[in-house]
Amino acid sequence: MTVLHVVALAAVAAGGTAVALARDPVRQALVASVFGLSLALLFFAFQAPDVAISQIVVATVAVPVMVLLALTKLRRDEEQR
Amino acid sequence: MSVRPRTVAALLALAGLAALIAWAASELTPFGTPSGPANAIVRTLVHERHAANTVNGVTYDLRGLDTLGEELILFVAALGSAVLLRHGRGEDVEQERGEDERGAARTPDALRAAGTALVGPLVVLGVYVVVHGHLSPGGGFQGGVVLAAGLLLVYAAGQVMALKRVEPTALVEVADATGALAYALVAAAGLVFATAALENFLPFGTTGNLLSAGTIPVLSVAVGVEVTGAVALILTELLDQTLLRGGE
Repeated sequence: MTVLHVVALAAVAAGGTAVALARDPVRQALVASVFGLSLALLFFAFQAPDVAISQIVVATVAVPVMVLLALTKLRRDEEQR
Repeated sequence: MSVRPRTVAALLALAGLAALIAWAASELTPFGTPSGPANAIVRTLVHERHAANTVNGVTYDLRGLDTLGEELILFVAALGSAVLLRHGRGEDVEQERGEDERGAARTPDALRAAGTALVGPLVVLGVYVVVHGHLSPGGGFQGGVVLAAGLLLVYAAGQVMALKRVEPTALVEVADATGALAYALVAAAGLVFATAALENFLPFGTTGNLLSAGTIPVLSVAVGVEVTGAVALILTELLDQTLLRGGE
């Protein structure tokens, strides 16, 4: 265990809690994106660069975008009703 | 259920989970000292299959069947989202167009410039990660999602209309299907050129060369094409629904 491991683990713990505590779905998607980035750092620190690369794109970019697009669609449908 | 009992129940469950995880982690071998079987697999892959990246050696050779299943799952998932989201297409397309162009114009110039500048390097990085899967960390899945993120960057730079003019839906559909088919064909070729499906039948070459490790880089590229197509297809369908045909 080095300082990097401890910092990465602490960031993941804080980020995960923040995702659970964020109530607004839009804000939650953005917080989850930052949480995904901290997870990628954790994987990198624990010598799993393969997982870290896919984690960066999937959890930091692709999933938040899908959530935001779905929310946009839902809101627009609600406005029209 | 009111808030207080719910909090107590959640904390109890979390404490139990933490205890179980701590118990499980205490039984692991110390960090950085692989156990017997893991050591043997690393030795087989580097010395026999000439794959410097043992992770992809496991993914595309020793456990190639698992990867075949995984990429078919992704293929079916992309297909499912396309079938679901394409329903209702072609309605009110024209009247939405003016709104889209205004939306594109609102994108800040800095974002447009940065996005446009980053697309090229991102695509190069994605291709590099796909073709060097057997040599360095990365491979088909990782490189594929990086390439699909390139498409997303084109959208973020405000080029929705450019994206629509290119109409990448047909292209990403073909990429998705071609990648999935290529993997299955290489898997079946093991039966023809060797003794079993997914057997590594190509020459292994020299460890560290781009053309080495037999079928491992071939399968990695197949998965790269398939993942690019699948993720890009899901994103394109979502973008279509939300932005171009959002009115309905």
